[in-house]
This record gives sequence, structure tokens and C-alpha cells, in this order.
Amino acid sequence: VSSVVVAGAGSIGSLLAAHLARVADVTVLTRREEHAALLRERGLRVSGRGDFTARPDATADSAGLPNDAELAILACKSTDLEPLAAQLEGALRGATVMTIQNGLGAEEIVAAHGEWPLLSAVTFMSGTRHGDAHVEYVLDTATWIGPFRDTTEADARRVAELIEAGGLNAEAFPDLRPAQWSKLIFNATVNGTAALTGLPHDFHFAQTEELSDLGNLVRDLVAEGKAVAAAAGVELHDDPWEMNVLATQRGHRHFPSMLEDVEAHRPTEVELINGALVREAERNGVPVPLQTALYRLVKAREASYSE
Amino acid sequence: MRVAVVGCGAVGSLFAANLSLLDDVEVWAFDLNELHTAAINRDGLRLSGAGDIVGHPRATSDPAALPPCDFGIVATKAMHTEPAIAATAHAFADGSVATVQNGLGNEETLARHVGRVIRGTTFPAGKLLEPGHVQWDVRGDTTFGPYDERTTLAAVEELADACTRAGMPADAVEDARGPQWRKVIFNASTNPIGALTGLTHGRVCERPDLRTLVTGLVDEGQAVATAQGIELDADPEALIDHAAKPEVAYGHKASMLQDVEARRQTEVDYLNGGIVRFGEEHGVPTPLNAAIRALVKGVEASWTQS
Repeated sequence: VSSVVVAGAGSIGSLLAAHLARVADVTVLTRREEHAALLRERGLRVSGRGDFTARPDATADSAGLPNDAELAILACKSTDLEPLAAQLEGALRGATVMTIQNGLGAEEIVAAHGEWPLLSAVTFMSGTRHGDAHVEYVLDTATWIGPFRDTTEADARRVAELIEAGGLNAEAFPDLRPAQWSKLIFNATVNGTAALTGLPHDFHFAQTEELSDLGNLVRDLVAEGKAVAAAAGVELHDDPWEMNVLATQRGHRHFPSMLEDVEAHRPTEVELINGALVREAERNGVPVPLQTALYRLVKAREASYSE
Repeated sequence: MRVAVVGCGAVGSLFAANLSLLDDVEVWAFDLNELHTAAINRDGLRLSGAGDIVGHPRATSDPAALPPCDFGIVATKAMHTEPAIAATAHAFADGSVATVQNGLGNEETLARHVGRVIRGTTFPAGKLLEPGHVQWDVRGDTTFGPYDERTTLAAVEELADACTRAGMPADAVEDARGPQWRKVIFNASTNPIGALTGLTHGRVCERPDLRTLVTGLVDEGQAVATAQGIELDADPEALIDHAAKPEVAYGHKASMLQDVEARRQTEVDYLNGGIVRFGEEHGVPTPLNAAIRALVKGVEASWTQS
């Protein structure tokens, strides 16, 4: 793989673009032209776990994307995925397209807009943007990749190897669903709870001593999610409760994106996360009253932006 | 008759000012806010709005100054019941103490300190404008009843009669749990939804998915009430829909939302927390109320983060 497009230059897209630019020709597709111009002019700086400046090409116009791209990673927020996929219709004809959004359903959204071979990915790494041309690499946990449509595990492995060569962690799986669902349940529970309480993902989420402690709710939400996964025939790769406990023990108080979104009065990813889990629950006939409550409360919180 | 109002915020002040107008009742107003008690002693306790009066209770911030009383009316926020009654119980050694507070569990707390407790639920509301001056927003009824067999209905009737004569209509009933649980279920099912979403009462109710969540909370509360043999005096669902009308309280921000916006501790432990606790005692599951309480407690915890 020598030519890669990274669409979306938030923290995940920026981390991928900068690292891949060390081992391939990378073009970043941004939403704003001034963002692309700044990247062309200054390059993309990585700090934190990395310390270098990459020189990817950048454009805000999908007509300016290279015709020979073999891989396109759609790294935008899930709320921006539908317009992005529509914009890419007819472009990137020779490329395999990889989604990396939180939640479930990103692959289907993209599949509706083109015949590209598709890979699924979930990522556990994290970064913090400090402006358009600087991203701090915070958590170096892996990105997991699996086949989705007209692709094989070998295709996933080639992309994982490319990402590893660039300096990030990645792993290929024959079936991504066990990992994807583990993260789905984790995100639905932790992000939704953080957004409603205003708490970063900290020790409160694992606290279960007192009956009113938040950890009890987190554990009950995870139990609902696990019941849905079982009914859907998905064997989870990780126990989301253990993921939660481990993350709170890292000593780093992570602010989930859904919390940052409600505080900034931006649309959240609740539809592809909590909404997707609630719809899977319905489809499989599993009652999830607590996840349903969380989903409705976050949706209502979004509606309150106009108060 | 001598009455001491313990906690003279808005609701306590409504009782203290009105009762002080009666010739046969001596009223004491106890509150920790010294600016408020000093203003009351200097200029009287003024109510404006639904009624415009100036009462002259004797106010103090020193619990030792309270003389022996026939009745106490406790009107603090529910989280302050314990210290408030611990400090003032000496004044009620031969009297009866009524609660007009929100939530569940206040009677139990009072009964740990005084022998005769009166359960009460009140609907008048207002807000403290400045020391010595309360805005009276809403008139409303109060229902009193004996908490247990140590309190006679005759004593309850004596207090209710004084309140009614003072312009604060009150009923004395054998079992006052019906109105109490009706108010608790209403508040527990709507206030925290407003607090968590930022929506007014009307906007909560006009979202069908949220209105369904409210119903889920109401159903749990009703099941806990039924398990105790409590018959609600009105249907909370009908009251919730009524309050959502534009001419009633569509644009009202629940007090818990106001608390959250001001970063004040909420009464969630005494509303949803009370329903959960009584549910456990009577073997009724209350998962939604427990979830809502945990979320609101999480909101409170977020204020003490860096």
C-alpha cells in the first residue's frame, strides 16, 4: 500500500495521517479549506508519545484526491459520516475503504454510497488536538481491523502492518464484531453516563461500595449490553466491565467525546452508539430499560441546546 | 399555643408569617441565616405576591433560645433535617413536630429525636427575595396526619386548624401518606429528568420517548406505594400532564434543575433514593429510580472535580 487517503482530521484522523505519512503517500481530506491549507503549509505535528512533523498532502475538495489511492480511511465523527460518504460517491475507484467510527452501523452507511471493498476498524488509541496542525498522541492502545465487504483477513492484516510500520499499534482479526461489540457496550455505557453526569471517565465509574454509587449503574448497563451481544450471537472479545475498571485505574482522567460534545453543545454520536445498541436489543428481543433511558436522556440533552 | 418553625426559607416563612397573625398563637422562627432572623426581628417577616402581609414571629439563629413549644413545623431542605432537629429537639419535649418538607424519610429522622411526629405534605411555594422578605408564588393546601400511634389525631387537628385560620388551609387525616407519595412520585419522576437534560417540564412531557421514561419512573413509585397499602389521593400521570400545559407550568424549570444549574446539592436522595429504599424494604424492584439517582449523584460529584 503506497497511496492512502485519510478523510477527517480530528484527533484520530490526524494521528493516522501523520504516522502513515512516514511510510506512504498520504492525502488528508478536510472539511475546511483553511485546515487543508495550514496542513500543506506547516505539516502535521505530533507530540506526546511521538515527536515529529509529518508532511501529508491535504485538500478540502474530494475532486483533488489521488486516483491511485489503494486505501481510504474514513476517520470523521459518525455524525459527519453520511455527508462524507455521499461526497465520495464515484471517487476513490481503486481503493479499499475502512471505517473507524465508534458504535455500530458506519459500514452500512458507507456501503450505501459505493461499491468499494470495505474494512471495519475500531480504535482504542486516543489523542488531543491542539489546533488544526498539531495532535498530541495520548493513549497508544491498538486499532483493530477486520473484513466487512469483499475483503479478507489478509486485507485487514496488510492495513494493520502498514499502520504498525507508521508507528501506531494495530491488529487484524478474522471477524471484528467481538471487538466492535465490546467497544460498543463500553462506549454506550461510559460515554452516555459521562455526558449526563459531567464526570470524566474516572474512579466513580468503578465504585460499587454504596448502593447509590455510579459503578452499580455502569455494571447494570454493561450487563444489558452483554445480554444483547449474547442474543445477537456475538462472543465479546473483552468484558466491557473489565475494560471500564482498567481504564479508570490508569490514573488518566479521560473526557469521553460525548461529554465534550454536550458541553460544547455539539451533536453527539449517541445514534450510532446508544441508539445502535437499543435497536439491536429490539431486533433481538432483549429488554434494555437502562440503556433505553440513557439513550433518551442524551437525545433530550441535545434537544436542550436550543433552550 | 406556641409554634416554632424550624428552617425559615420560603416555605417555612409562609407558615411563620401567616401563623404569627393569629392572636392565640405565639410563633418562633428558627433559621441559621442570621441576616434573615435579624431582619425579621427588626422589620417583621414580609410576604408579597399571592398574599401581602407582614408577620412578626420572634426569630432566632440560636437553638438554645427556643422556649418549650406545643408544635414544631420543620421546613428545611431534606438533607438538613438531621442537624436541624438535633439542635432544636429540646423545645419539643412535650410537643409534636410536623414536617412540611419534600421527599421520603424526614419523619423517620424526626422520630429519632422527638416522640410525637406529624407527617405533612404542603403545596404552597415561594422564594426568599432578601432577608426578611419572601415572595409567595403559589397558594396551596397542606395535609397533616399522625406519623405513628404516639401522635393523636386531636393534636394534628389542633395544628391544622391553626394553619387554616391563618390562611394556610390544612387538613388533618388519619393516613397522610397518600398526598405525600403522590407528591414524591410526581417530583421523583419529573424533576431529575429536567435536571439531567436541561429541559423545562413542558418540553420533557412533549417528547414521547422521555414521557415514556417518566411513566416508567411513576410506575415503579406507584408499585412501591401499593406494596405498603398506600392509596394515592390523585393520579400522578394526570397531574404531570396537567402541569405540562402552557398555562400551567410548561416553561417551569424543576427545582432540581435550578439546583444543578446553581451547583447546589439536590434532594434526589429523598425522592428517587427514598423510593429505592422503600422498594427494597418491601421487595419491589426500582431499577429506573436507582439509575436516575446514580446519574444525579454523579452530577453532584462532578462539581468537586478539578
